[in-house]
Amino acid sequence: MAIELNFEIKESDFSLAGKASSKIKKMLKQLNVDAKIIKRIVVAIYEAEVNVVAHSFGGNLMAKIDEKKIEVTVTDRGPGIENIEKAMEAGYSTASKKVREMGFGAGMGLPNIEKNTDELKITSKPGGGTTLFFRNYL
Amino acid sequence: MQNEKKYHAIKVDERKCIGCTHCMKVCPTEAIRIKKGVATINDKRCVDCGNCLRACPVNAFYVEQDSLVQLNHYKIRVVMFPAVLVGQISTVYSVNQIYQGLLNLGFTHVFEVEQPIQLLINSIKEDVKAADDKPLISSFCPAIVRLIQCKYPSLANNIVGLKAPHDLAAHYIIEMLKDDGVERDEIGIFYISPCSAKMAAVKRPIDEKESIVDGLINMNEIYNRLMKVLPKEENSDTTHFRTNVSRDGIVWSLPRGEARHFKGRSMAIDGIHNVVKFLERLENEEVPELDFLELKSCDQGCAGGILMTGNRFLTVERLQKRSKKYPDADAFDSSSPIAQVLKNKLKAEPIVPNPVFVLDQDRIKALEKLEKVEKILCQLPAIDCGACGAPNCHALAEDMVQGKAKMTDCIFLQKRYLKENKLSAEKAFRNLENIWGEKRFEADCSKKGGRNEGF
Repeated sequence: MAIELNFEIKESDFSLAGKASSKIKKMLKQLNVDAKIIKRIVVAIYEAEVNVVAHSFGGNLMAKIDEKKIEVTVTDRGPGIENIEKAMEAGYSTASKKVREMGFGAGMGLPNIEKNTDELKITSKPGGGTTLFFRNYL
Repeated sequence: MQNEKKYHAIKVDERKCIGCTHCMKVCPTEAIRIKKGVATINDKRCVDCGNCLRACPVNAFYVEQDSLVQLNHYKIRVVMFPAVLVGQISTVYSVNQIYQGLLNLGFTHVFEVEQPIQLLINSIKEDVKAADDKPLISSFCPAIVRLIQCKYPSLANNIVGLKAPHDLAAHYIIEMLKDDGVERDEIGIFYISPCSAKMAAVKRPIDEKESIVDGLINMNEIYNRLMKVLPKEENSDTTHFRTNVSRDGIVWSLPRGEARHFKGRSMAIDGIHNVVKFLERLENEEVPELDFLELKSCDQGCAGGILMTGNRFLTVERLQKRSKKYPDADAFDSSSPIAQVLKNKLKAEPIVPNPVFVLDQDRIKALEKLEKVEKILCQLPAIDCGACGAPNCHALAEDMVQGKAKMTDCIFLQKRYLKENKLSAEKAFRNLENIWGEKRFEADCSKKGGRNEGF
């Protein structure tokens, strides 16, 4: 038994970031998942949504929930990450000035996702987009 | 406590209710369904915010209250009311005249709830200082506390562990009268409530202990009675009842009335639907770091309370003007022996989460139900018309997986099943009668509801 959800994420529209995390939050509450665990997942998903909006040309988010875990795969059509290790450092950012002025792009996105997930895998190559996979146990 | 039936102040008068769906659409916890043509409230979900009462075009909702006849049982009869009462009344009448009017109603003591507010300010400040998990959320509005319990359980811990001003005021009155040598059973304290949420909270406190007041009266009831007995001119002095009335107390129940004491790192939000949107963000940590969060269910705080009579903006305006004539709250003697006693009484039981939206306690069953909801939603029209008796398609789908509704309750699906010969016209009609009542489909030119009723 597992539920699969798919969300399209559009580039540059920050008002839509948060759609996936809101819907998934509502579902996890209905499943009576511990509030602290929900919080971590929701923060991670929201950060991932913002990343796609801020850095790519759009992408999609797929979530799979079963009774023990939630797995999230975020794929974007973007520039890719040149140096993943560096991108994982807190405060390292390649966000444009425009994005930063909107209050995003502080270089906390990926570190925050790592902090709030049980497992995280990033695959990316420059020019070929980025895929983020993470898993949290419920 | 969780198995006990929750007390609610809001009731439906089945003779008046016309089953028009207005209430169902505005309920922030989707607690209302139409059954047999009448609005029914799910006790577990209702937070007593009173939005249904506001939306009702035929006044079918009412708030249970006590009778003023009870006044006769007590030697000392105290009327305890929030400052917003005064704010409703035109400034043609002085505060002294309003106090005289209250005495004319048969009370012996007149007491504004926010008089000892400095003690609450001190305690909240101490709690904020000591808290690890911020922001602390005000416990002032009982509708918000209940909303957090059922919809945002992860934030229940953030609610300030202190009682509300009316509890503090009642203890203060009792202690002061005791000092004058009066016995508790000689005192009758009558609380005038601006809203249904406070009615419910005072009658049955959130930690379900005994109520501290002896009578609960709706603000609109007192307003109507008061208007009849307001004296034309001042003929006695009531200033001694206002010894501790302060600027901060008068505006406490208005937007930013609490938050203004936590400058820079506080926010204030009024209107329960605004609060819902904000709490969603707070849960996601999309909110800057704050020390204190003031949340009020009614637009313009208690000035917009559902049992209030005057226009909320005029009430705010009058109260702000009035507040400028009084000293700051810190003029209150916080080190007196009574203040020490009260400080201990302020501590409240921790707020426990009450997650009522869980589909099933068993995770696997809940998951099955959740999947079923998603599948049902594919079949529903997503126009949230409410003709099924549920507020929206999603709520109907959830009712279905809980065995409380069926596919044929949806009028779109009914049409489809009729076309596919899966349902007889007779059965389809009976289904609708079950939701909307038997006589609902007859022509009736005196029908109420619709856009011109009460809007």
